[in-house]
Amino acid sequence: MLTAILAFGGLAVILGIALGAASVRFKVEGDPLVEQIDALLPQTQCGQCGYPGCRPYAEAIAGEQAEINQCPPGGEDGILALAELLGREPLPLNPENGVADDIKTLAVIDEDRCIGCTLCIQACPVDAIVGANKLMHTVIESECTGCELCVPPCPVDCIDMVPVATTISSWKWSPPEQEPT
Amino acid sequence: MSDYFFIIVGTVLVNNFVLVQFLGLCPFMGVSKKVETSMGMALATTFVLTLSSISSYLVEQYLLAPLGLEYLRTISYIVVIAAVVQLTEMWVRKSSPLLHEVLGIYLPLITTNCAVLGVALLNVREAHSFVESALFGFGAALGFSLVLILFSAMRERIAVADVPESFQGAPIALITAGLMSLAFMGFAGLA
Amino acid sequence: MFGLFKSGRSGQSGFHGGLTLPGHKLHGEAGRIRPAPLPDKVILPLSQHIGAPTRALVKVGERVLRGQLIADSDSFIAAPVHASISGTVVEIAPCAVPHASGLAAMAIVIESDHADEGLPTPDWPATEDPFSLDAQTLRERVRRAGLVGLGGAAFPSSVKLNPGSSANVNTLILNGIECEPYISCDAALMQEHADAVIAGAELIRRVLGAQECLIGLEDNAPEAAAALRQAINQADYGDIEIRVVPTRYPQGGEKQLIQALTGKEVPREGLPLDIGIVVHNVGTVAAIWRAIRYAQPLISRIVTVNGPGIRQPQNLEVRLGTPVAELIAHCGGYTQTPRLIMGGPMMGFALSSDAVPVVKATNCILVEVAQAEPADTTLPCIRCGECVDVCPANLLPQQLYWQARAKAFDKAQELDLFDCIECGCCAQVCPSNIPLVQYYRYAKTEIYQAEKEKRKADIARNRHEFRQQRLEAEAREKEEARRRKREALKQKKQTPAAAPASAKTTPANDAIAAAIAKAKAEKARRLAQEPASAASAQPDAISAAIAKAQAQKAQRLAADSGKADPAARTDQVAAAIAKARAARTASATAEAAADPVAPGAAAKRKADRASTTTDPVAAAIAKARAAKQAASASGDTAEAVAPAGPAAGKQDAVAAAIAQAKAARKPTPESASKPHAKTPDPVAAAIAKAKAAKAAREKPS
Repeated sequence: MLTAILAFGGLAVILGIALGAASVRFKVEGDPLVEQIDALLPQTQCGQCGYPGCRPYAEAIAGEQAEINQCPPGGEDGILALAELLGREPLPLNPENGVADDIKTLAVIDEDRCIGCTLCIQACPVDAIVGANKLMHTVIESECTGCELCVPPCPVDCIDMVPVATTISSWKWSPPEQEPT
Repeated sequence: MSDYFFIIVGTVLVNNFVLVQFLGLCPFMGVSKKVETSMGMALATTFVLTLSSISSYLVEQYLLAPLGLEYLRTISYIVVIAAVVQLTEMWVRKSSPLLHEVLGIYLPLITTNCAVLGVALLNVREAHSFVESALFGFGAALGFSLVLILFSAMRERIAVADVPESFQGAPIALITAGLMSLAFMGFAGLA
Repeated sequence: MFGLFKSGRSGQSGFHGGLTLPGHKLHGEAGRIRPAPLPDKVILPLSQHIGAPTRALVKVGERVLRGQLIADSDSFIAAPVHASISGTVVEIAPCAVPHASGLAAMAIVIESDHADEGLPTPDWPATEDPFSLDAQTLRERVRRAGLVGLGGAAFPSSVKLNPGSSANVNTLILNGIECEPYISCDAALMQEHADAVIAGAELIRRVLGAQECLIGLEDNAPEAAAALRQAINQADYGDIEIRVVPTRYPQGGEKQLIQALTGKEVPREGLPLDIGIVVHNVGTVAAIWRAIRYAQPLISRIVTVNGPGIRQPQNLEVRLGTPVAELIAHCGGYTQTPRLIMGGPMMGFALSSDAVPVVKATNCILVEVAQAEPADTTLPCIRCGECVDVCPANLLPQQLYWQARAKAFDKAQELDLFDCIECGCCAQVCPSNIPLVQYYRYAKTEIYQAEKEKRKADIARNRHEFRQQRLEAEAREKEEARRRKREALKQKKQTPAAAPASAKTTPANDAIAAAIAKAKAEKARRLAQEPASAASAQPDAISAAIAKAQAQKAQRLAADSGKADPAARTDQVAAAIAKARAARTASATAEAAADPVAPGAAAKRKADRASTTTDPVAAAIAKARAAKQAASASGDTAEAVAPAGPAAGKQDAVAAAIAQAKAARKPTPESASKPHAKTPDPVAAAIAKAKAAKAAREKPS
């Protein structure tokens, strides 16, 4: 009986020491996962997930502090991609964070009403609004991510979110109607 | 020499651990959705299986047998296997973070892969020598890798095919695995 | 009707797969090129080519002449647009254009004045002997003529004539193969304008430096082949060879044609140029000849109007921009409810209406008869593999189909989706009538848009990260400024005695202190010069922070060396030296720059003497204060510093400029010296310096 305890204890101690040494030897710095998660996020920087931008949200996901279903702009496809990357179960989008909207929008400033307060410039996460104090502002269309963060600060409600019109260059073929299986 | 060859052929084809002996079905079903993942899993399993086969032989020969503690065999094997898996995980995480990401939860799952314990226990039953044990473990892992990768390639295609709704997902995968098993029956009597 | 098609895949040379389709072509008299009547109005889309869209150069209401340039682009890959009739521009607005989407795009609408008046002098001269022109001129003229590939792809021709210096073109291939049923515009052109085709071919061959020129024809156009042969014999061009190959669809595809004529295969995702081959459509070649020889821009093209739904099918020479409806009317109208297709039955696309214009890429208007009931219903795939047998690109259409259907676009890409030429052979032979090509097009545009979005997301990420960095730097800056202010305040409280002490010093001493401070600023400036200038050139807070740190370090160094410097003997001597040095800064700035340590040391000692404390910061403050007083106190001081003035023009004597500015801005000397007094910080000094320099610049002017 004693032999068994000693032998087994010895075995456990040896393996424990080996594992301990290995954990020191193979210590990993940094987390490459954040980069991968960040690459999947839509980069609207809208903050709807509750984090100040896409990267902080990616860090939160990697640190398991956030669920993968908090990104409305990414939509269902984004959640599926995250679920695949992380090996987690896909979840439906958390309604607390907003609703997924398939229609892409851009902010447009009504330049007649703009009073030049610069509040929207400060709110824009990607510096897509140009203008100066007391001067009219305008949105750089190609840089706008449609995050809507500039809408609430505007004191005169001169910013509208306008759906992006399909042009010939952004037009897509529709999938054929699927045959019965 | 021919003994060694027969061990390899036997474990890979004739007595394939997954399709004939039905060991290690959990990762077989769980990690076979994509070929890339299954390749990583195959690699990790090969490493762990060979290593644990060797180390459990050493424990048997130099610890359990001399002290007459054969009744502790199962539990001590589990301890050894768990340690080897942990070691592998740390090593993989360090050397290839991507592979670690790909394997994810499945790497620790190897601990509970019955094929690993099965190989160790079968080694004792068959009274294999050291080299035979190592080859037996390696062969088992090869067989596991072979069917895992074949199966995942099939599942990739099934995933986009028009499978009847009630058969989609796990059912069609199990049917496919069953058909593969039938096919492997054909190797019976080869060696 | 399509049921008659049979696959022809056994025992052929050339490319894999393909089909033999019934021709339905216009032959002989029926296929003669007839001029279409001048349209009442033309609609000229701004983007009729692959590449950047053009910009309109005319305004609404302007009168334009035939051949006048009305839209152009600065982009390399673009083709300008010319007015195809004379008349008035009535609209520049989104119009229905021929595109599979049916969406509108910007176009210039010209209403005809029925005069068809051409430009009095063309944009470039007609050339008797085009072969005498150099390649650069030719390319330039081809571009100005607005030429694009007339086979259907509409790639700007001038780009294709410019293979680059590294490319080695061996073979020029003229594509005279119209593999699609119904289309016969190229055959008609070769038959009637064989000389233009041959001359153009020789011209392009010489431009490209190709050794040989092959003209590919199918055996269903014997008249065209005969006409070309005759033209070659007449013109005596020995390097042009006609190759007639058996009719097979899609032999007119660039890669398939090359394989059929030469046996060479274009590498996947590669260009024909990679194997030393350039392919041009015969229509393009003839148009290039006309553009160079007769100075005619691309304002018309030959269009086949054909199909079971049209009364009088024919080949027409059509002005670009002519609405399809006018062509239909000229051809006798529809026989039944039509289904309009631009291009052939295999690769063409359905038109939303007959209001769309003929564009540069329009080779055929196919008038099908609209079916009352939908075509054969789609059935499940039975995995027969027919599609694999006929694929001319050697792809796996069935696998592509499954992946596209399941939206597994990355897998589809791995299966070389982008090598698919959308020829439609697979869909043609599919016994289940699966619209395979539509799946591939769907997958392709999805991938394009996903890539676009990915690029946009990357840009957004970069911009966001940059913004974060900027905000952080700004916050750091503010925090730093606040901290400095607090410290300065504390110092002020601790050394109330220091200030009066220094204030009591004589004006002469003050002048010295000013010179010392100046020299010290000079040193700090010199050390911090590069980062400081970077900071001023680009208001980037990060570089400013770096500059600040470096400047602080420089200051520390200066202070340390000042402490240790044995050269600094008695205060007066040191002060005198400093004064002399300051004076010399004006005439020999290099020296002052080379040895600013001694003044620094003097300043230090002076400050030490003035205040009893040994704290360097306090000393610096006292010193700065002394400087301030020196600057503001008396005219005497100003004069003492004034000699430094002439050095202001020189870049390295900016410190002298400060003094000058101080002198110059006597009415408000406080403001100029203020930064000096408040913060013993080199950055502030640098700012003051910049201000002074500016003042100095403004003063002479």
